[in-house]
Amino acid sequence: MAKSQVTLEGSEAGFATTRLDALLNWARKYSLFQYPFVTACCGMEFMSVAGPRFDLSRFGAEAPRFSPRQADLLWVVGTISQRQAPALRRIYEQMMEPKYVLAFGTCASCGGFYDNYTTVPGIDKVIPCDVYVPGCPPRPEGALDGLLLLQDKIQRGDRKPGIVKPREDPLKDLVTLRKKEATP
Amino acid sequence: MSQLALDRLKATFGDAILETHSDFGDETAVVRPESWLAICRFLRQDPALQFDMMSDLCGVDYPDRVPRMEVVAHLYSLSRRHRIRVKTRIGDAELGTCELDSVTSVWRTADWLERETYDMSGVLFRGHPDLRRILMYPEFVGHPLRKDYPAQKAQPLLEYRTEEEAGLTLEKQAPFGPDEGMSFGRRTFTRSEEN
Repeated sequence: MAKSQVTLEGSEAGFATTRLDALLNWARKYSLFQYPFVTACCGMEFMSVAGPRFDLSRFGAEAPRFSPRQADLLWVVGTISQRQAPALRRIYEQMMEPKYVLAFGTCASCGGFYDNYTTVPGIDKVIPCDVYVPGCPPRPEGALDGLLLLQDKIQRGDRKPGIVKPREDPLKDLVTLRKKEATP
Repeated sequence: MSQLALDRLKATFGDAILETHSDFGDETAVVRPESWLAICRFLRQDPALQFDMMSDLCGVDYPDRVPRMEVVAHLYSLSRRHRIRVKTRIGDAELGTCELDSVTSVWRTADWLERETYDMSGVLFRGHPDLRRILMYPEFVGHPLRKDYPAQKAQPLLEYRTEEEAGLTLEKQAPFGPDEGMSFGRRTFTRSEEN
């Protein structure tokens, strides 16, 4: 006995295919197997995201695969030096379609303040990238925003790169309040 | 702490010690490059000194000086618990010749440290068993910590994707770029600057 059923409505042409796409995308977005490519200090924040406090598994992305062949989502966490770039591209090429890439932090997104001979100015110079998460390092909430943005993109079938909007600083008002108190 | 080492050096090598000082509690000796190996061996073997650990070795480029390159060694004695910094100055104004005796026979650590100094500053160590780059890739041209290396010159090991290939602009969008809130942030990367 089938508990749930995909209902096919309307004309035969086209309509059912879209539903199947939507179903597949829905399945994909909640079962992202991830490959963490962790190279630098952003890794600490990534551990926090993957750990129980912020808990990636709420979004179905808790299973890290340390073989790129089994992974859907490549987290590039940290600075990518020129010397690492071939390794990163090779990892990316080994992943199976459909594959997604998330640039975690400023260094992975644009090279950060390493404006010199060492660093690739953003992983999009080497591999395609779906979501950029700004921050140095990003807060775990930022990384979760990035994951939700990616899920949204997967559901819509949208491969245009997106940037996570920085959230409002919750302590900003507190700081101005304290400044006001300090000046009589 | 190790004024003793400076005194011993001056008594033993005399003219080969160009200058010494103890600023900020760091005993420092500047020595002639010809005596570099002999002085290092003496510091390691003298029973009163026993500098048995080479903490660091690096090159410093002073573009307005001749000799232009300064090689600095930081030594520590695990048994005597004292430190010394030994410097020597080599190379002409263009750094055409920039050679120094290798001290790998004195400290095994010097192997990799000298490779790093060669990689970053281009000091050639005579008698080094395997003088290759250690941090940069073999395809890299030049020595990045020399002051005449252009600060923003990159030599990508992997060719960057072009915008036609990517099918979208690779210019950085907000909030990336100079207005990211860091005064020391990188300039916005543009293709024209790369060429």
